[in-house]
Amino acid sequence: MSEHRSERQQHGRAVRGVIAGLAVLALAGCGAPDSSSDGEVTGTVTVFAAASLTEVFTSLGAQLEADHPGLDVQFNFAGSSALATQLTQGAPADVFASADTDQMDVVTNNGIVSTAPALFATNTLEIVVPAGNPGSITGLDDLADPAKTIALCAPEVPCGAAAEEVFDAAGLTAAPDTLEEDVKAALTKVTLGEVDAALVYATDVRAAGDAVEGIEFPEAADAVNGYPICTLTDAPNPAGARAFAELVTSSAGREALAAAGFGAP
Amino acid sequence: MSRRRPRDGGVPAPLLVPAALAVAFLVLPLLGLVVRAPWSELGPQLTRPGVGQALRLSLVSATLATLVSLLLGVPLAWVLARSRIRGRSVLRALVTVPLVLPPVVGGVALFLVLGRQGIVGRWLFEATGLALPFTTAAVVVAETFVAMPFLVISVEGALRAADARFEDAAATLGADRWTTFRRVTLPLVAPGIAAGAVLCWARALGEFGATITFAGNFPGTTQTMPLAVYLALQRDPDAAIVLSLVLLAVSLATLLLLRGRWLGRGVTG
Repeated sequence: MSEHRSERQQHGRAVRGVIAGLAVLALAGCGAPDSSSDGEVTGTVTVFAAASLTEVFTSLGAQLEADHPGLDVQFNFAGSSALATQLTQGAPADVFASADTDQMDVVTNNGIVSTAPALFATNTLEIVVPAGNPGSITGLDDLADPAKTIALCAPEVPCGAAAEEVFDAAGLTAAPDTLEEDVKAALTKVTLGEVDAALVYATDVRAAGDAVEGIEFPEAADAVNGYPICTLTDAPNPAGARAFAELVTSSAGREALAAAGFGAP
Repeated sequence: MSRRRPRDGGVPAPLLVPAALAVAFLVLPLLGLVVRAPWSELGPQLTRPGVGQALRLSLVSATLATLVSLLLGVPLAWVLARSRIRGRSVLRALVTVPLVLPPVVGGVALFLVLGRQGIVGRWLFEATGLALPFTTAAVVVAETFVAMPFLVISVEGALRAADARFEDAAATLGADRWTTFRRVTLPLVAPGIAAGAVLCWARALGEFGATITFAGNFPGTTQTMPLAVYLALQRDPDAAIVLSLVLLAVSLATLLLLRGRWLGRGVTG
């Protein structure tokens, strides 16, 4: 390393060094093959990720592409359960990031995971209403009111499972009009103004911007989703897979996740 | 429709091989479902709550969608085939847009028009407090939107192939156009209408994207079989296979029954 760099560049290098060190530490616990050797990271990396990670992973992917010219990060964002099904049916992918541990377990139990999954973020539910709150929603009990039009996630997908926990803990019977196939579908119903409220992740509320308003509620603390990430045994691009997983678990990744509204693991 | 055809039995070799490949391509996935089906769990899976409900909802909504399509689609097909209005080809392209539109996009488009914030739906909601989305009626609307073009295309084809001289003869004998349509044209293209209706019903029965988007998914009101299959696939692929087989068996049985009863040789040759 040259001594004649500007302070800023040096600082950048230092940060990157720390990140790399942290990432190695983080992944060492997962039994990852030693990734300190600077193998050429190039080609295409295919990341299967929960729908709620769409915005933050897209920007992390762009960052990784900028760091490694010749690298192309492709995403498949969908409900974690759908992704888990695709993976167990042999869909070619390098990395899987799930919105809950249940769906990660589905994949892990299938024996197609090369590193033990590492938790990298948490997410809590939030009530989301269209801008202006036309349904006058104030708390979770409004989502148990049959007179309101409510969208929840289907119990088969993580956000729906979390919603069930929240209602159970609050002793309320939810009154949904539709059970959506993933969290973004539930959010879309709100941004279109077709429902009075939906229960989505806090991060989805932030990502939706001004079209919606979020309402936090105390019962959300009863259902905190942990987000695990892993690389896959049959990854066509193992080096790329490691690089992406390392970026996500690095401090830069943590910062991006925190900015998007995710909690620390 | 009943052109004379070569006698049965002699399939030319250049047709035989691709035809056999087509059969394999279309039938093997169905075989896959049958082979992978968890036959030992069939009973418990079938008697799970909600299966009968979803099946009934599917059959009722697909049938209603087909009736609406017949009521509106046959007249539209006549306009496309027989009228001399200008811009007919543009009109034809426009009304067949749902064929190429991804159904999910169709569902969003329906929201923008018929949703409670939609161009038309807003009036209804403000005047009556009623909203179409998330109701069984919305399922019928979504299925009709996606399936009606199949009926229109079939009936239009039948009308074009029908001999217009019968209609001319009826006109010379003093029948007005409405009488000619009812007494001559309709019977003439009946097999084409039946074929179109079957196609429309089948498409409506399998409809997924527009339905889950516009009507949502709720057991008993809007969860049709394809939606139940999709959600079952998220947690329990075996249940999804069983549900798919039920839907397949019921639709095949219905189609075979109809073919024997009503469609006769006009459709099956």
